[in-house]
Amino acid sequence: METAFYLAATVAVLATIMVITRYNMIHALLYLVVSFLAVAVVFLTMGAPFMAALEVIVYAGAIVVLIIFVIMMLSLTREDVEQEKAWLQPKLWMGPALLSFVLLAELVYLLVVAEMPAAPATAGSYVDAKAVGLALYGPYVLGVQLSGILLMAGIVGAYHLGRQKKKVIHRFLQEKEPQKERSAVI
Amino acid sequence: METATPNYLLIIGGVLFVMLNVAALLIWVERRGLALLQDRYGPNRAGPFGLLIVAADSIKLFFKQDWIPPFADKPVFILAPAIVVVTVLMSFVVIPFAPGIVVADLNIGLLFFLAMSSMGAYSIILGGWASNNKYSLLGAMRGAAQMISYEVFMGLSLMGVVLMAGSFNLSTIVEAQRGLWFVVPQIIGFVIFFIAGIAETHRLPFDVPEAESELVAGFHSEYSGMKFGMFFIGEYMGITLISCMMVVLFFGGWLGPDFLPPIVWFILKTAFFLGIFILLRASMPRPRYDQLMEYGWKYLLPLTLLNLVVTAGVLLWLNDGFEGVKEFGRLDIRKQNIPLARVPRV
Repeated sequence: METAFYLAATVAVLATIMVITRYNMIHALLYLVVSFLAVAVVFLTMGAPFMAALEVIVYAGAIVVLIIFVIMMLSLTREDVEQEKAWLQPKLWMGPALLSFVLLAELVYLLVVAEMPAAPATAGSYVDAKAVGLALYGPYVLGVQLSGILLMAGIVGAYHLGRQKKKVIHRFLQEKEPQKERSAVI
Repeated sequence: METATPNYLLIIGGVLFVMLNVAALLIWVERRGLALLQDRYGPNRAGPFGLLIVAADSIKLFFKQDWIPPFADKPVFILAPAIVVVTVLMSFVVIPFAPGIVVADLNIGLLFFLAMSSMGAYSIILGGWASNNKYSLLGAMRGAAQMISYEVFMGLSLMGVVLMAGSFNLSTIVEAQRGLWFVVPQIIGFVIFFIAGIAETHRLPFDVPEAESELVAGFHSEYSGMKFGMFFIGEYMGITLISCMMVVLFFGGWLGPDFLPPIVWFILKTAFFLGIFILLRASMPRPRYDQLMEYGWKYLLPLTLLNLVVTAGVLLWLNDGFEGVKEFGRLDIRKQNIPLARVPRV
């Protein structure tokens, strides 16, 4: 199990690096899918099969599909790939990379210094669907409610943005909206 | 997980062999069946009853030139047809064909099936996108929207079954149907799962991603040779998979009167649903794409949610009728002692 964990973790890190270095967006997203699958395997080796399944269903199966769906509509061309290449110059990513490296060093330091319980990865902890459900509707019920409210706001916003305006068949039937707007400004 | 015993390897090999052959046989059954329903002969020359048409077809596909269009995105173009076959075959891993005949009896079997079917959407999307062809792209967009939408209803319609059985494990779900098949209390769930299953395998009433009268061949317009063959065989294995899942979840799996062995009951029930899939193809017109989406989101989604709420409410009301709820009643949340957050001490 330990080997599987480190193997999957390595795959996840490498795939994520590939995600941010690809010039072609669809290829980057494919690596993102691989990264999510690797994270699912990590969850599985840590004794959380339910989370692993949800990771695949929700992230790899639904969210990335939606992102790809949007990118397909943008019709990616060879020029876009070239432009992406031109944007990704060393002088652009060096600054953020240095700052992130400081954060990474800090994180590693904290992880090394912190008193970790012995062998957290495979110490017989097994979190099944029931345990997740009990935790969500027990101590974390506030979080569930809050994310519900957030999703509701998202749905209302999407409805507002996607609502179609009344279609006008003929220009004589058109309401004089531009004038109204002007008067409102004045 | 079990260790790899010879018996275990035999089951894996057997499932793989049977599934690939069933898919091939289905092609013949469908062509003959459709011909029968449309008052014509169908393939009847090669071998007895035209059975060898499948062999002839596959030999033809294998020896065709494997052509990749120069304007296609080559790696993605090659990857896409493999995904559909891999995901469908992976799903068969969790299906219990009879007591003991299952490749991996996972605790999260049902979720594994849902995960694999959602990964299957990538084959359509990537195939259509990598072809770099307008018809393919349109097919891929339709496919993506259709599969994402119908996945939602598919998952939700199965939650009623999970509530009643109290487990995601497919063997446990089958055993829980010993008294009564779940199709009776979960009739709405079954109907919605059936519709979503057709949409998920993009079979004929809902085959808008490859509608040949409007989109040439949709997402696989540019594919030829065995790459096309993979899409083709993947579709038939997808039908077999959905039929198996319907049998396992709603029709008692291998359960049946004793005069036939369990595996025969499973095969008979699955064959019945395969027949219905073929019958549907011969008898249903294709809805328009926007009608398909509207039907899903406006009717199926509220219906599945209602089904879920009513099922959960009735189970709570009965409280001691079913395993899952009984166990939930025994568990005391306050005794679980789950910490609110884990902060590493520095």
